[in-house]
Amino acid sequence: MGRTIAVIAEMRGNQLRQVTFEALHAAELLYSPGDRIVALLIGYQLDAVSNTLMQTGIQELIIADDESYKYYEPEVYFAAVRTFNDIASPDIILLGHTAMGRDLAPMLAAHTKSGQLSDVVSFEASEAGWTFRRPVYAGKAFESRRFVDRATPWIITIRPNNFKAIDHLEDRVSTDIANVKQTFLPTPSPSLRSVVHEVVQRMSGAIDLTEAKIIISGGRGVKSSDGFKPLEQLASVLNGAVGASRGACDAGYCDYSLQVGQTGKVVTPEIYFACGISGAIQHLAGMSQSRVIVAINIDPEAPIFQVADYGIVGDLFEIIPLLTSEFRKMLT
Amino acid sequence: MTFLSNESAHSPLDIVVLMKQTFDTEERVSIVNGQVRQDGVKWVINPYDEYAVEEALRWKEAYGGKVTVISVGPERCAEALRTALAMGADEAILIYVENSAAEQLDEHVVSSLLHAVLKDQSPQLLLAGHFSVDQGSAQVAIRLSVLLDIPHVSAITKLVRMEGQRVKADRDAEGDTERLEVKLPALFTAQQGLNEPRYPSLPGIIKAKKKPLTQIDALTLYPDFSQAVGTLRTSIELPPPRLSGKLFAGSPAEQVEQLIRSLRDEAKCIG
Ligand SMILES: Cc1cc2nc3c(=O)[nH]c(=O)nc-3n(C[C@H](O)[C@H](O)[C@H](O)COP(=O)(O)OP(=O)(O)OC[C@H]3O[C@@H](n4cnc5c(N)ncnc54)[C@H](O)[C@@H]3O)c2cc1C
Repeated sequence: MGRTIAVIAEMRGNQLRQVTFEALHAAELLYSPGDRIVALLIGYQLDAVSNTLMQTGIQELIIADDESYKYYEPEVYFAAVRTFNDIASPDIILLGHTAMGRDLAPMLAAHTKSGQLSDVVSFEASEAGWTFRRPVYAGKAFESRRFVDRATPWIITIRPNNFKAIDHLEDRVSTDIANVKQTFLPTPSPSLRSVVHEVVQRMSGAIDLTEAKIIISGGRGVKSSDGFKPLEQLASVLNGAVGASRGACDAGYCDYSLQVGQTGKVVTPEIYFACGISGAIQHLAGMSQSRVIVAINIDPEAPIFQVADYGIVGDLFEIIPLLTSEFRKMLT
Repeated sequence: MTFLSNESAHSPLDIVVLMKQTFDTEERVSIVNGQVRQDGVKWVINPYDEYAVEEALRWKEAYGGKVTVISVGPERCAEALRTALAMGADEAILIYVENSAAEQLDEHVVSSLLHAVLKDQSPQLLLAGHFSVDQGSAQVAIRLSVLLDIPHVSAITKLVRMEGQRVKADRDAEGDTERLEVKLPALFTAQQGLNEPRYPSLPGIIKAKKKPLTQIDALTLYPDFSQAVGTLRTSIELPPPRLSGKLFAGSPAEQVEQLIRSLRDEAKCIG
């Protein structure tokens, strides 16, 4: 009999996060004939989103739709995941390595006494089976690991923006939604041990940093909150997002929700511009996997130049407006 | 007055901090014979665990009680535990694993070993780092909360004691803040921003030498633990070098022009 490969979908506001489509693509890569792909969707008012998910080629969708799932709460969400695990008995479970996924996955791993690989950036089939690649030592090295056969389910969290998103919808309009089995989980009982009081949402910009293809980040070298303006202009010309170093956040130049790094967001854009950022290891941990890194810094000795593909030694207040106007010319 | 009544409303707590000794990631990582080179390396308390130790000490100072730090690892980890004792922790436990076996542990095994020791101690407050800077998988503490059947909140930036056994925690969720309330016993993992860890004081260092540090052999807790891992490392390598590492020259305008040309024609990621 084939295996069951499960994806735990994740919402951001009233939409699916990009990493969910990436997890579905990862599921497809692990798929062999006879397997089935199922998804679990937890949230509130999910009708439209369920429809989207059912067009991604999955065979079954299990839905936990209730007001108590409006915000992530470990106990309540985990209860849904446990029920899902009982119903679907998955052999492989994929989640995003996000605030939600990195919290839920180890709960399930402990519950099922299985192995988990976190923050996976790629995997490949070899003679010994599948091996999964993940950063260690803040991105200074990469290890490959495999699951021990007996340890199921395999639980995997994937780093956002490292897998291609599934080519959903267009290619799959032919999939008959009517053939996708839908199961609704019963209304959850509230947790007696914990409760969410409020959620202060600060995910500001329209583009989620972890999903952005181009990021313009500023550090302490930006010198003030006004100093971020030229970065914002460049971002808007390139249709990118603005990020920041911890240094810039701590100095009050921008909100912590922009922070890139070990304690902030881990990003993997096509191009990362580091402007007035020295390149501390904790910052590099969050962006060193970017496809192309551009550093702009007045200090030629700044460690950021050691990881940059392209560097300009200069004053960011001079360089960035020039870049913006050149890109504008080029792109119009 | 208020202070006194506050104190009486809050009973002392048994606090346990999960700690890992890690490779200082400021260090250069090099790989020899498929292993990360360890000789001559500087070992530190995992930075996120330092926040956990500090928070535990602040709670003990406010409400009384006892702070126990516990670690799984080889002999050298005793040094990190001593540092925590010097910061002010009362007792330390090292679940001893031989160096070669330590390389092969996974999060399932580590959390099982911790569970074996802690299940009979029933601490009311457990603290740990959000993740360790070496393996970076953020699993062990959360797994332990499930094994102990207690609630947890991960990546906290604030922890406040309320009436009775209730606690309020701010959780950092990718820049958003979630405010949760949970009932003790509970486990929390510390995110940067929770506090500023203290340095061990000289008297602290001297006192630490006399504080109890108990070693428990992992094999007595879990005889075949090395057979129980769920995942195994097959290889480790350094990331491939960056494509060009090019620094441009010339006037600012010339440099900008060269950068744009390189992004378009060489890296092919624009235009
Ligand atoms: C546990 C822990 C976790 C951490 N997590 C993170 C994290 O997630 N993310 C993070 O970023 N940091 C993190 N840090 C902090 C990190 O160690 C650094 O302190 C921080 O990244 C420094 O920010 P910065 O580069 O903006 O500032 P600085 O190091 O002060 O660098 C400013 C740079 O700007 C340059 N500059 C100044 N003026 C100009 C100008 N006009 N034009 C061009 N360049 C200019 C300077 O040459 C300098 O290189 C963490 C630290 C710890 C201990």
